[in-house]
Amino acid sequence: MKKTNPKAKDLNHATADPKGVLTGVHFMNGDQSACEGALAAGCRFVAGYPITPSTEIVERFASRIPTVGGVFIQMEDELASSIAIQGAAWAGLKTMTVSSGPGFTLMMEHIGLAAMLETPCVIIDVQRAGPSTGLPTLPGQADMMQVRWGSHGDYEVIALVPNSPQECFDLTIQAFNLSEEFRVPTFVMMDECVGHMAERVVIPPAEKIKVFNRRYTTLPIEEYLPYRTGKDLVPWFVKAGTGRRFHITGLTHDERGYPTMNAEAQGKLVHRLVEKIRTNAEQIVRFEEEDCEGAEVIVLSYGITSRVASRAVEMARKQGIKVGRFRPIVVWPFPEKRIRQLAGMAGGFVVPELNYGQISLEVERLVAGKVPVTLVPHGGGTVHQPEDILRAIREIVRL
Amino acid sequence: MKKQTKKETPLSIEPRPQNPIESLIRMERLPHMWCPGCGIGISMGAFARAVLESGIDQNLLSVVSGIGCTGRVAGYLRLDSFHTTHGRAIPFATGLKLANPKLKVVVYSGDGDLTSIGGNHLIHAARRNVDLTVILVNNLNYGMTGGQFGPTTPHEAFGTTAPYGNYEYPLNLPYLMDVCGANYVARWTVYHVRQLTRAMVEAMNKDGLSFIEVISPCPELYLRRNRLGDALQEMVYLKENSRIQNGAETRSVAIEQKRQEIIVGKFVDRERPGYIQAMDEHLGKAMGARYQRPSFWEK
Repeated sequence: MKKTNPKAKDLNHATADPKGVLTGVHFMNGDQSACEGALAAGCRFVAGYPITPSTEIVERFASRIPTVGGVFIQMEDELASSIAIQGAAWAGLKTMTVSSGPGFTLMMEHIGLAAMLETPCVIIDVQRAGPSTGLPTLPGQADMMQVRWGSHGDYEVIALVPNSPQECFDLTIQAFNLSEEFRVPTFVMMDECVGHMAERVVIPPAEKIKVFNRRYTTLPIEEYLPYRTGKDLVPWFVKAGTGRRFHITGLTHDERGYPTMNAEAQGKLVHRLVEKIRTNAEQIVRFEEEDCEGAEVIVLSYGITSRVASRAVEMARKQGIKVGRFRPIVVWPFPEKRIRQLAGMAGGFVVPELNYGQISLEVERLVAGKVPVTLVPHGGGTVHQPEDILRAIREIVRL
Repeated sequence: MKKQTKKETPLSIEPRPQNPIESLIRMERLPHMWCPGCGIGISMGAFARAVLESGIDQNLLSVVSGIGCTGRVAGYLRLDSFHTTHGRAIPFATGLKLANPKLKVVVYSGDGDLTSIGGNHLIHAARRNVDLTVILVNNLNYGMTGGQFGPTTPHEAFGTTAPYGNYEYPLNLPYLMDVCGANYVARWTVYHVRQLTRAMVEAMNKDGLSFIEVISPCPELYLRRNRLGDALQEMVYLKENSRIQNGAETRSVAIEQKRQEIIVGKFVDRERPGYIQAMDEHLGKAMGARYQRPSFWEK
């Protein structure tokens, strides 16, 4: 019989370390709030590189972490920061790095490495308008497909999208928990508006904050293999300096972690990297919906655009149109099952986003031509006019 | 019935005592992938002996490699070992060390990996004087990809991407590390196995960044393409043309020509505070009682 770790999933559910939790009611922006979320989740190592509009996150971490007990290091570039966090993760810490478009592009190499080594880590992308240097201080949502597909090869990631400073706090904690549970790089896809807007943020007492701590192997050295897994397909962790003398590599590897250069090993490894998320997708996905079943039109939007879309939905309802709202909170994996269901219950979808069609493609794929899907594109730099979204809603109703 | 195994050999070989470095090698991964006459294995042997001689707790020793021929060293050492991405072994190692200063962290990689694609990280690790030992095996070209020229290839030497000879000039690595601020800088060749082993022991016992350049023959690609002889001839060459000059002015130790004197020795050995000490002392001084030393830094 294959030996795996004992089933003890719940042992790793704990509450936050009070040292990192700034309990109270605050008025802060999304960047600052995301930083507090990381501290509350137990993040004790951030490597970063300055880039607008994400810089406030690392500035706050640099200021806060020496009072909590942890390390901030400003690296020489994003290539370095996105791998320094992985070194720290393999020494046992919860780690994070933060960036925006151009820096996020540089991190692609190590997103692939994190997927391959199965390094738990969190990366925040405060999206600005691109391509290239684009509009550094203004919003965009055009990294939504890059986060999913940006590094070469086949892998899966988890990505969450907050639409308020409060959610920047809540979802950053959630990102850490998911990253630890599934051992994948996990992303918080903010945008410049959400990052820079200041609102009320409630940080609960530490004992009310649920955190998921890393599952370390308990098997004896002679039975342990770094990439042997049980049914959940997620190997249990080992950290450096514990006498296990393990090897890990970005090359295709077997359960021992040794390079194994053949198609069979490749197939087995990639299958597991993909399936560990796909088979658990229903447990990971999160969304918010309102009046979607039987709606004439569903407006599907996320991040700052979901708040603009709310206005368009109100306007449409005043004109007597039955409009539902759908907001994916976890965007990768995408809420496939629910969208397929809704495709049979609604008259059509309107997808406004600050790009020229990214998440709308995913919606089109799932709706599979049953009802119309209308993209309301925007190049970024500001947000949509609610009237543009309203127009798309009205066009579907007229069909 | 006796089980036949592939490893059984028809010749009778007297049982021998185990080579002491076998405990540090992943024997199940042998034979290794390096070419006959390659110097990387010699350097790895020297490293294994250095680990044994130094008395370092092997369970607290991590090796981090990048990509390339030397990048494969991590995979052959029975230590916690990390084979990372091209050029990025140093920032990975930096994170590993800062997250657990009890670990000795050695970066073991090649010249193309550490000085070209990873050059920026090498510079900043030396500037920060981060507490790592960097062992750079310099075989004067890119071996894994078939013998292209790189930032260490001598002027006018041939490479597959320098088919008419290299019109660039190479880096002087000890000088670079010296001016960037590394605490310890040495260069040896794989002919100088004992000196190299001693230097590795010394380097691993230093705080701050210690850097050893190991000149190593690449007989199948660099030497063959440049008609410089075979591996054995190269060892004779290294023996006859190396001059030990400890404390040499690093600006004078460049290797720019295909055939020239190679200055070896310990060039820099100083005591600037390492990165971890500098961070800890400064934050303690600047923040006073508000400073919380990370719990994972406690001894």
